[in-house]
Amino acid sequence: MAAHDHHTHDGHQTHGHGHPELGFWRKYVFSTDHKIIGVQYAITSLTFLFFGFCLVMLMRWQLAFPGKPVPLIGGLFGETMMPGGVMLPEFYNSLGAMHGTIMVFLGVVPLLVGAFGNYVMPLQIGAPDMAFPKLNMMSYWVYFVGGIVMLTGFFVPGGAANSGWTSYAPLSVVSQVSRNMWFTGQTIWLLGMVFLITSSLLGSVNFIVTIIQLRAKGLEFFRLPFFVWAQFVTAFLLLLAFPPLEAAAVLQLMDRVAGTSFFMPTGLVVSGQQGHWTGGGSPLLWQHLFWFLAHPEVYVLILPGMGIVSEVIANNTRKPLWGYRVLVYSLVFLGFMSFIVWAHHMFMTGMGTRMAAFFATTTMIISVPSVVILTALLLSLHGSCIRFNVPMLFALAFLPMFAIGGLTGLPLGLPAPDIHLHDTYYVIGHFHYVVVPGSIFAIFAGIYHWYPKVTGRKLNEFLGKLHFWGSVVGANLVFMPMFFVGMAGVSRRLYDQTVYQHGANVQTLTQISSFAAWFFGLSQIPFIINFFASIRAGKKVSDNPWEATTLEWATPTPPPHGNFPVIPVVYRGPYEYSVPGASRDYVPQNVTA
Amino acid sequence: MSSAALPYTVEPHPLTGVYSGKLGTWLFLASEVMLFGALFSSYVLLRVGAGDAWPSGEATHLSVPIGTFNTLVLIVSSVTMVMAWASLKMGNLAKGRMFLALTIALALVFIVVKLLLEYIPKFRGHHLPSTNTFYALYFTMTGLHALHIIGGIVVIGYFLFPGAALWRTDPEYYTNRIECTGLYWHFVDLVWIFLFPVLYLT
Amino acid sequence: MAGGHADVQKHVKAYLGVFVALAVLTVVTVLASKIHFGSKAANITIALLIATFKASLVAAIFMHLRWERGASIWWTLLICAAFFAVLMSVPSLTVFELPKQAIFQMWDVAPPVPGGH
Repeated sequence: MAAHDHHTHDGHQTHGHGHPELGFWRKYVFSTDHKIIGVQYAITSLTFLFFGFCLVMLMRWQLAFPGKPVPLIGGLFGETMMPGGVMLPEFYNSLGAMHGTIMVFLGVVPLLVGAFGNYVMPLQIGAPDMAFPKLNMMSYWVYFVGGIVMLTGFFVPGGAANSGWTSYAPLSVVSQVSRNMWFTGQTIWLLGMVFLITSSLLGSVNFIVTIIQLRAKGLEFFRLPFFVWAQFVTAFLLLLAFPPLEAAAVLQLMDRVAGTSFFMPTGLVVSGQQGHWTGGGSPLLWQHLFWFLAHPEVYVLILPGMGIVSEVIANNTRKPLWGYRVLVYSLVFLGFMSFIVWAHHMFMTGMGTRMAAFFATTTMIISVPSVVILTALLLSLHGSCIRFNVPMLFALAFLPMFAIGGLTGLPLGLPAPDIHLHDTYYVIGHFHYVVVPGSIFAIFAGIYHWYPKVTGRKLNEFLGKLHFWGSVVGANLVFMPMFFVGMAGVSRRLYDQTVYQHGANVQTLTQISSFAAWFFGLSQIPFIINFFASIRAGKKVSDNPWEATTLEWATPTPPPHGNFPVIPVVYRGPYEYSVPGASRDYVPQNVTA
Repeated sequence: MSSAALPYTVEPHPLTGVYSGKLGTWLFLASEVMLFGALFSSYVLLRVGAGDAWPSGEATHLSVPIGTFNTLVLIVSSVTMVMAWASLKMGNLAKGRMFLALTIALALVFIVVKLLLEYIPKFRGHHLPSTNTFYALYFTMTGLHALHIIGGIVVIGYFLFPGAALWRTDPEYYTNRIECTGLYWHFVDLVWIFLFPVLYLT
Repeated sequence: MAGGHADVQKHVKAYLGVFVALAVLTVVTVLASKIHFGSKAANITIALLIATFKASLVAAIFMHLRWERGASIWWTLLICAAFFAVLMSVPSLTVFELPKQAIFQMWDVAPPVPGGH
């Protein structure tokens, strides 16, 4: 059972470089080296990200031109999904549920934590590897299997899960269930979640122990790069918030497969017939257990991104970050608060005013540390000499975009406006602003920033700028109209908004989003070309091309097994840029005087 | 020391005072607390919502003597587990392995009793998870707990047989891994200490 | 864990002592469940209190917390306890917020009519 292999880890390797050369499979496929595992996570999650994007492109056609056959590829989907090329509502729902699930659990988090966290964090703390390398490998493969399991949903009768990424009962329990055929997409979704959650749990144990135990000598907690702090807090969120969802997924599995009624109320009638559940359960129970995870999960989506952006900003302003301690305290406070705001996703479930007031209050409070972090990053720009390279462009764009995402969350966090905005496109606009020009831009910044450390070459600047400008313009054109579509009353998860007058009135805005999505997608092409071409043809650079201070730049390129030929000793903080009296405008952490 | 070796796998970290495996195990147990906590939380919610209709005492068809017996079996297995570690700490591999084997034996008794004397009679008597939410919770909570016991049996079995080879090359490391396994095992016992009164006695 | 043979020998005494305590307390729990302490809630509270005491014995002695110097482990337990408490607040947020009938009717029992039949 995966849960127990945390006991195993690389034994005492007192042999240094004398151990026998590993074969291809042990070196590149079943590797225990955090860097290889990081690259594996990156390749897999970028692929899932692309796939999730393709899913939503299908949806965007249906939204822009409801009932019209999908051009070119419409015929490929068969009668059960798109008869005559016209998307069925059930298939639309599957696309929506799987888009959300794939982007959150198979794309963004594995990229931010599994890829960036795994590759960069041990280097930044001066460690030879993670604390439990074999466990690390297991985390990746359990994630990989979970991803495959999730995808098989598309290929079983009835199609993939179609009850939203939130899988609310009772719909998720009755959906695609019959006494004869229970191995359906919705059930597969739950099985896939169990794998993914397990992978996350194993990974978070590894991250926390590594950061606590394997920091280089002299690297006290308040000398850690902010990226490491972000990964540290994120790991705690994953460790403690995911298990309730794992429990809930097991309960929902039981409801679907064993006929239990954990989430099924008594007397439920589905499509005119009595269900076969005895009842006595509570749909609200699922919502509580789901959001208990899913709220901290959205902080998991953003915190590592803030960490990446901080590194890029410090490096390209040639200044220390403004308010490092304030940033750290805000981060920790944010992590703690994220556990007590979850019911702001449930304001419309009929809760009383007392409970609503409590969660509205905590939600308002949690916006404070977010704003503090954003302000500190903005103030870090003041008086600096900004280098406008591609990573910095993405990092700079992150700031106002995250601000828009955060600010638009405020009316959602207050019960009164939430009455009008809940479950509308306004919500979709809000969270996509935070995740797309927020997290994904941070991911892009990280890729451009750390690519030279992984490959020894820089990504092409011109293609990078094309990618950047297209993405910024595209993302805003896709998601800004959604606020207005939502305020007009168009609900989310809606296959065809034009059946309602209020929806038809704003159909043009929806079409703008769809066209802009194509523009956004096309803007990724320079990036994809750049990513692959630069491996061979990119400009070769030194070990520290950005003239950065943090420890990952003190290794050879790419870092060898064991990372540091000599374990570094740290003498100073992480952002000693433009120190008065120093010979250069940066002093690396591991340099003595 | 070679840079490829991982420090603090055996000797404790000078500042934190622990070796990495132990910290990792405690963190994992914290996540397990949240896992079972979610189930207990669900239990409270569903039970309070049911009011007086919730089966209690005789109506649960749960045998208190059997539950008590199983509780004592697990408690003894916790003792044998910690004695295994203590024996290894005192350098006695044979005694350590004997206690590990006893732990597995007791765990198997627990599982067999649960399966043969509790689950199967219930299924035969048409007391299924789908019958009502009490049974749903009973089977799910004890079932998940039993899966954890089986997992523990697998891990202890590994250290009893193939894993014991580590004693020859690095006895302290082996002892530490038994300590970590013990922590997990005591936690599983802990969960049962709460499950038993909640399900059988209230 | 520090200590040579002498330390571990002392621990062995503690282990056996705790074993006896746990066995006795198990019997006590079962006997206490047969006595009616007023309300169901009181019985449950007493059962949980005994269970908590048993659990702390296991944690302190079997799991070596009594001798644990690692601060990071104590921090882990503290953070875990805090969020566990939050998780256990979920039932009260649901059940005590709304009248029972509004969320779920249970079983085959007719819901209580306000003011009686």
